[in-house]
Amino acid sequence: MTFSTIHALVLRNLYLYSRTPVRLVELVFWPLVDLLVWGYLTVFLQKHTGDGFPYQITFLIGAVILWDILFRAQQGVALYFLEDVWSRNLLNVFSAPVTNADYLASTYVIGFLRAAVTSVLLSVLAIVLYSFNLFELNWSLVPFVFNLLLFGWSLGMISTALIVRWGPAAETLAWAVPFFIQPFAAVYYPIDALPPAIRWIAELIPCAHVFEGMRDGLKDGSISWLDLGKATGLNVIYLILAGMLFVRMMKTARERGLLTKFVSQ
Amino acid sequence: MQAPVLEVTDLVKEFGSVRPVDGISFELKRGEILGLLGANGAGKTTAINMILGIVTPTAGSIRVFGKDLAKERIAILRRMSFCSTYTQLPGNLRVWQNLTVFGKIYRVPNLKKRIDEVLELLEILHLKDRVSGNLSAGESTRLNLCKALLNKPELLLLDEPTASLDPDIADKVRKVTKRIREEDGTSILYTSHNMRDVEEVCDRVVFMHQGKILFVGTAAEILSHFREESLESLFIRVARGGEVEAATDPQPVSRDQ
Repeated sequence: MTFSTIHALVLRNLYLYSRTPVRLVELVFWPLVDLLVWGYLTVFLQKHTGDGFPYQITFLIGAVILWDILFRAQQGVALYFLEDVWSRNLLNVFSAPVTNADYLASTYVIGFLRAAVTSVLLSVLAIVLYSFNLFELNWSLVPFVFNLLLFGWSLGMISTALIVRWGPAAETLAWAVPFFIQPFAAVYYPIDALPPAIRWIAELIPCAHVFEGMRDGLKDGSISWLDLGKATGLNVIYLILAGMLFVRMMKTARERGLLTKFVSQ
Repeated sequence: MQAPVLEVTDLVKEFGSVRPVDGISFELKRGEILGLLGANGAGKTTAINMILGIVTPTAGSIRVFGKDLAKERIAILRRMSFCSTYTQLPGNLRVWQNLTVFGKIYRVPNLKKRIDEVLELLEILHLKDRVSGNLSAGESTRLNLCKALLNKPELLLLDEPTASLDPDIADKVRKVTKRIREEDGTSILYTSHNMRDVEEVCDRVVFMHQGKILFVGTAAEILSHFREESLESLFIRVARGGEVEAATDPQPVSRDQ
């Protein structure tokens, strides 16, 4: 892994965003729509339930913000590869001295920056519009958010690996993969809300434990070490598996000449 | 005697039952311009992609600067470069931004100065602040070539660099190709459909057909071997198929020693 190479690849993306501000709309517009819809739904429910308002519903706004952190981190990795496909730059990058590790590390940085932009924006707006301060969770927020980033990177690597394997026709996976797991990820409702027969799926998804842990934290200010431990352990496994899948698919792509098809299609 | 910059030995690529490259062997000497000539489907681009490490060979070996490409790919790629008509640099970035990114990847020292040098060499210094996507085809090709020259490569792979260029720009590209060989001693592997390119620029030619090498030699040697008056007429004859062996001496395919 070479710092100068990672720096160059990150710089390429920063130039891209600075040259085409319309791309920032994607980082702002959809998360903002989510925040407004879920935020006003929360306000509506608060008005009609009075003092009996369950703490889980308060967390809806937080869930929107935190899901977007995961989603933007995943997108940072997956769209990074597609940017090279769309600009027909892929062969220039992969014929340059760029290792898989350099490439992945730069996608992580971009994923982190994207998540940071969106989460800061939404957090500030949540305070202004709904008096919801995600940072009331104090330092317990940090390891949970870090786990969301890790899982976003894993999903991004899986998305990219599948696109590499199946070609440009599979581009839509860059957006779809996070939503494959969202119903089981306990984002807006606890794992208990799922039918017992499928709860085991949620147990295997790191972000389900993040959202569970953060709901508990909102209830009594405590840190759910069990959920944090489960999320971290699962994330380590997913990162290793996703990395192996990415490397395996790149190897397959080189064996089958798949990278060159992105240029010719 | 200096070791060749590039040694391709018994190289094979199979995609399922298709064999676009079928046991080719050739060498590129230091400071030489070697043409890779053949019709569509001859296997030129697959061969280039294998030399770049973008496609893994099914069999055979590629040694660059005396090193095994399969084992030391990244170290080798730092000393070589690639330019193709079929790739582009990100169109949203300015010319200098694209060159800065690749200059940093190749760890080019004094990068700003080097960017000005290559832009001046290709006569597009005035386009330095232009958005790359707004360049004409000729300007875009020259920008690609600037990218490829940034790291002063010891081995340069040019994949049809003059395709779709007008005669004036194509002539400039040919002149630059010869100039960097003369000034920097760069070894160049040059694929083209343009017979004038091959005759004017290349010291020797690897003539490919259906994944195999038909002949390796100078343009004059090839014409003599196949009893043709021009590379173009030979190219057409080979592309239309089946008559080459009947029209030539029944001797084994020549390979450069």
